[in-house]
Amino acid sequence: MLACEICVIGGGPAGLTAALHAASLGASAVIIDRNDYLGGQLIKQTHRFFGSKEQKASERGISISRELSLAVEKEKNIKVLTAATALGYYKDGVVTVEKDERFLKIKPQKIIVATGGAEKTLPFPNNDLPGVYGAGAVQTLVNVYGVKPGRRVLMVGAGNIGVIVSYQLLQAGMEVAGIVEAAPRIGAYWVHAAKVVRAGVPIYTRHTIKGAWGKKEVEGATIVELDEQWKPIPGTEKDFAVDVICLSVGLNPLTEILWQAGCAMKYVPELSGYVPLRNEYLETSVPGIYVAGDAGGIEEASAAMMEGALAGLNAARALGYSAPDFNSRRANILRELESLRSGPVGEKIRKGLEKVTLTERREMRSGLSNLSLLTSNF
Amino acid sequence: MLAENGVPTGEDLAQVLPAPERLAQGPVAIAECFQKIPCDPCYHSCLRRAIAPFADINERPRIDHEKCNGCGLCVNRCPGLAIFVVDQTYSDSEALVKLPYEFLPLPKPGDVVTAINRLGQAVGKARVVKVQSGKQMDGTNIVWLAVPQDLSMEVRHFKMEEVR
Amino acid sequence: MRITEHPILDFARGKKIKFTYNGQELEGFEGETIAAALHANGVRTMRESIHLHRPRGLFCNIGNCSSCLMIVNGKPNVRVCVEKLQEGMIVMTQKGKGELKC
Repeated sequence: MLACEICVIGGGPAGLTAALHAASLGASAVIIDRNDYLGGQLIKQTHRFFGSKEQKASERGISISRELSLAVEKEKNIKVLTAATALGYYKDGVVTVEKDERFLKIKPQKIIVATGGAEKTLPFPNNDLPGVYGAGAVQTLVNVYGVKPGRRVLMVGAGNIGVIVSYQLLQAGMEVAGIVEAAPRIGAYWVHAAKVVRAGVPIYTRHTIKGAWGKKEVEGATIVELDEQWKPIPGTEKDFAVDVICLSVGLNPLTEILWQAGCAMKYVPELSGYVPLRNEYLETSVPGIYVAGDAGGIEEASAAMMEGALAGLNAARALGYSAPDFNSRRANILRELESLRSGPVGEKIRKGLEKVTLTERREMRSGLSNLSLLTSNF
Repeated sequence: MLAENGVPTGEDLAQVLPAPERLAQGPVAIAECFQKIPCDPCYHSCLRRAIAPFADINERPRIDHEKCNGCGLCVNRCPGLAIFVVDQTYSDSEALVKLPYEFLPLPKPGDVVTAINRLGQAVGKARVVKVQSGKQMDGTNIVWLAVPQDLSMEVRHFKMEEVR
Repeated sequence: MRITEHPILDFARGKKIKFTYNGQELEGFEGETIAAALHANGVRTMRESIHLHRPRGLFCNIGNCSSCLMIVNGKPNVRVCVEKLQEGMIVMTQKGKGELKC
């Protein structure tokens, strides 16, 4: 059994920042990640990030990943376990881990869950054909391994991921036949939309995919226009000869460990699924378990880094570590987060967070009976 | 309309285009950034402080076109690739459009390319005048295109001519 | 299809290695996943679905969704999207739930 002060589950933008901030106060942390590298999904983000200096704006995700991983490697207080999958959390506070086909046990004093999210799928005829991928899956193939899964792509979903990945597929030399979006408006930042449109990719709002076709693999797709009630309009079908269909229809928070730990969970559509209640310092209803990044609600990587910083500082503080500038550092991070979320594009997140962020632990406990929440009993 | 098809309208553009008198004086940056998003690297990139400080990170950039000399630093730093430099004083018949370009192959000075507008449509030919590339550009190269004067506010992208 | 030139990225590929896919010898690179190597060789079908025997390929590419299970070196249910390619690997299309042979 490995005893440690803080166990960070997930080595993406939230987890890495959490460990670095906790270590900066003197706490020791163990990062567990199921991949054999650190950085999570940053390693395929070839675009320059939005945000401000504190979130490394204008740097590409791939460089941010390198910087954070390097900083973690240099930090003596951080131990990294890659290719290690957190399997479960037990009542006695033990986290179990599989690494190299061996079963490990870790007994941390605090846990920061930064497990991220996973792509959703969409029901339509033949959505199981080879050639239908999550957009992030294709982004990994293309940007991490330099392998193109086909020649011509239809992208489903015009949120930031759909539009950014479309652009990156063009950069990789693939053709993008179009981007379909069921909503009447483009969800992605408009500057991203503008750059794919001028590169020749049409965006079809109020359209959805009616079906994919192909015998053994995807050979094409049919899209259809939607009316005001989101119902397909007969006769508006368009066919596309494509060998790849990418789905970018949102992510789900990966919350298995939080459920298992008995954290009070709530379904919040604005945060894309079941997420844990937390106080403003990101501690969940189970004392000592914190959440940061997409696991607590799907948002941008810039916010995930700030949440990681906040959870890291607070977990270390709870162990008795501090620094003369602790209060101002924490206040700065809270301010950064607030400003990232303060604009019109942050409205959904603000609404979502309002439903799960409670100021007092008592409120969180009583919340269990008052709100329609779910907890697991194991 | 931007929200529906990703293309800014004339009204959108009218808010950000420099005055004709300023355009007549030489190169100037145009930020085609029409949405409040949390993003401010353009402000930090400008050495002349021609981009107003952001009271709130969600503000849209406001360029003081009188202070801006069209150097193009912000073109390279904008994560949205939304800033362009236009120089209508390049020659009597041609204007210069400096645009961010993140594709391969890179053109060479002297190449003739197909000029593309904001809708992704070919609108004519352009001549490559200069290509700012190299390590410090970190993949966001700036290509200088000479385009007919009347297309200086249309051309925002280009495609390499098919090699025969 | 492999990308040779990219405006932002340099692909530092590892050593070239050989493996077999349904008995056919293919090449890949050390450090990449089995799924990436198969895709580079134009192979996108990984298994057959259990009940309807429909072809299935890669979906999530992060080890989460179970769409890409294959038989690797005789072991079924290997998530080829996260399993790294190794010299001499025997990779086979999986039909059904897979059987563990002792």
